[in-house]
Amino acid sequence: MQDDPAALKYSRMKSLWEYANPKKFMQVSGAMLPWAAGLSALCLVVGLIWGFFFTPDDYRQGSTVKIIYLHVPAALMAINAWLMMLVTSLIWLVRRHHVSALAARAAAPVGLVMTVIALVTGAIWGQPMWGTWWAWDPRLTSFLILALFYLGYMALWEAVENADTAADLTSVLCLVGSVFALLSRYAVLFWNQGLHQGASLSLDKEENVADVFYHPLLVSIAGFVLLFFALVLLRTRTEIRKRRLQALMNRERMG
Amino acid sequence: MLSVSNLAIARGGVPVLEGLSFALNAGEALVLRGPNGIGKTTLLRTLAGLQPPLAGEVHVGEDVLAYAGHADGVKPTLSVTENLDFWARIFGRSEIAPAIAAFDLEGLTSRAAQNLSAGQKRRLGLARMMVTGRPVWMFDEPTVSLDAASVALFASAVRTHLAGGGAAVMATHIDLGLTEARVLDLGPYRAAAGVGAAEFDSDEAFL
Amino acid sequence: MIALLRRDLAIAVRAGGGFGLGLAFFLVVVVLVPFGVGPDTATLTRIAPGILWIGALLACLLSLDRLFALDFEDGSLDLLATAPIPLEAVVGVKAVAHWLTTGLPLTLMAPVLGVMLNLPGQGFVWLVISLALGTPALSVIGAFGAALTVGLRRGGLLLSLLVLPLYVPTLIFGAEAARRGAEGMAVNTPLALMAGISFACCALMPFAAAAALRVNLR
Repeated sequence: MQDDPAALKYSRMKSLWEYANPKKFMQVSGAMLPWAAGLSALCLVVGLIWGFFFTPDDYRQGSTVKIIYLHVPAALMAINAWLMMLVTSLIWLVRRHHVSALAARAAAPVGLVMTVIALVTGAIWGQPMWGTWWAWDPRLTSFLILALFYLGYMALWEAVENADTAADLTSVLCLVGSVFALLSRYAVLFWNQGLHQGASLSLDKEENVADVFYHPLLVSIAGFVLLFFALVLLRTRTEIRKRRLQALMNRERMG
Repeated sequence: MLSVSNLAIARGGVPVLEGLSFALNAGEALVLRGPNGIGKTTLLRTLAGLQPPLAGEVHVGEDVLAYAGHADGVKPTLSVTENLDFWARIFGRSEIAPAIAAFDLEGLTSRAAQNLSAGQKRRLGLARMMVTGRPVWMFDEPTVSLDAASVALFASAVRTHLAGGGAAVMATHIDLGLTEARVLDLGPYRAAAGVGAAEFDSDEAFL
Repeated sequence: MIALLRRDLAIAVRAGGGFGLGLAFFLVVVVLVPFGVGPDTATLTRIAPGILWIGALLACLLSLDRLFALDFEDGSLDLLATAPIPLEAVVGVKAVAHWLTTGLPLTLMAPVLGVMLNLPGQGFVWLVISLALGTPALSVIGAFGAALTVGLRRGGLLLSLLVLPLYVPTLIFGAEAARRGAEGMAVNTPLALMAGISFACCALMPFAAAAALRVNLR
């Protein structure tokens, strides 16, 4: 039986789901958290210092271009945080692992902060470049709408008292919201063609930024990914502790 | 008509009842007893399919149960006839006269439900069960705000239903005079904290 | 299902049903706009389609929190959930009732208010068509929001926060169609896109709303 690839795959899958057990998750995440936090700090320090002090000024944008090392990683994480919430929400709805739902809850405020960082750094960058803090450009507007979705999602978590009910409702909202966020993205593109430059990181080499800017940017992105990971781990651990406390209080009440 | 095996249920993530098994046949009535908070309402809602059980199974056919909760589901701006007629149509039926007669609502048919007394409104809510045409009736504290005469009306309606091959489950503290009803005391099934709970989809998973 | 539709319509038009409130709100919003932006007719002509769309959208939002809340409070929703009609159909029928008592009257009233905002003559027909196609989406998306917040004490405010971002695509295409119509441009693209969104919402949102209702009834 061991040689049967399907059986092998199943046993691997099973071991992956083991981490959805709150107790197991607490052990593993507790061991991972210092590493994730330390690596993230290292990458951020290296990436940002390299980016700010050891790259040349852009021939058109001058030194303002250096805000890219905050703007692009934050924007990337703002979207990826929502994608992660979508995946964990689906896992909760299908397999009903508490850790998954709590991880989605934990990621939302981090994602919102990333969205706000992307919007604020964008405004600071846009002021000298476009001569305005804010324009109803499709990319800016899409991020603003994304921020509204984060707000609604978090507000629903706060409003519902029963934790499992809240997890179910927010998961459904996350699914529906994802579809509408995507729709809004294209609707906004239709509505206004915009000022924003093309993607900074696309597979199309022509459009991409030059290598001198690119390498520190990659380090900086790695730092933001690790920072997001560390913050979500930390917040998920807090949420699990809160639920454990609640469960203990419930048990006491039942006597 | 309705059977339950090794059922466990939770309220607000906390297991309240476990290991509950019973069966209900045509012509039988079951009265649920137990102190406040033991989980009578939760049990009835689980039987009605409004919430999933933690463990165990509820065996019941399609379109067999009719449920009457704490609230009557009466629309204040509609008349008594309109309210009953609506529920009859929802259940694909049209005959409401027997229900009006059984619960002594004849003099009130055209009155808006907001002008009924609490007891009259309750009778309207109970009369709703007769127009559903469903064989198994489930009541949650049906006699709240009913006077003695109305309780007797209710008891005789249930008795007629049982004689016609129906069945009933009710959570009540009042003796309805239904001598044939079996009494199920829920006390022994109270869920013990932490025992076998880890497999449940509840807060216990965190302990 | 016809019975449910008839009941909801009867409740809406009887005393205390709040049938006229949405329309009155729409009127007030549109009347307030010139006080805010000034009486210059050229400006009003330019912004009229957008104002009418936003006014209709807000008026639609106003009555959403009652969509399931009343049935939830008096226990009817429990009973409907155990009735032979699937909950998805209950949601669909209630959204239709909401549209008949809100979206449709708003659509019919919009041209009258268009006159007050100096909407150009060619814009009226496209305004009505865009609202007629778009307001069903507003009702059914709203039904989803109402289903999410049905058991909550401060549901009304949260409902707005949840539903308004979901209204963005419908509003963009609807107002764009009305604007292009008023300026005498081709309206096909935004109108077709909005109709697509509207039909997709009507087909799919009842399932999401019913799922949320089932969770809230537990």
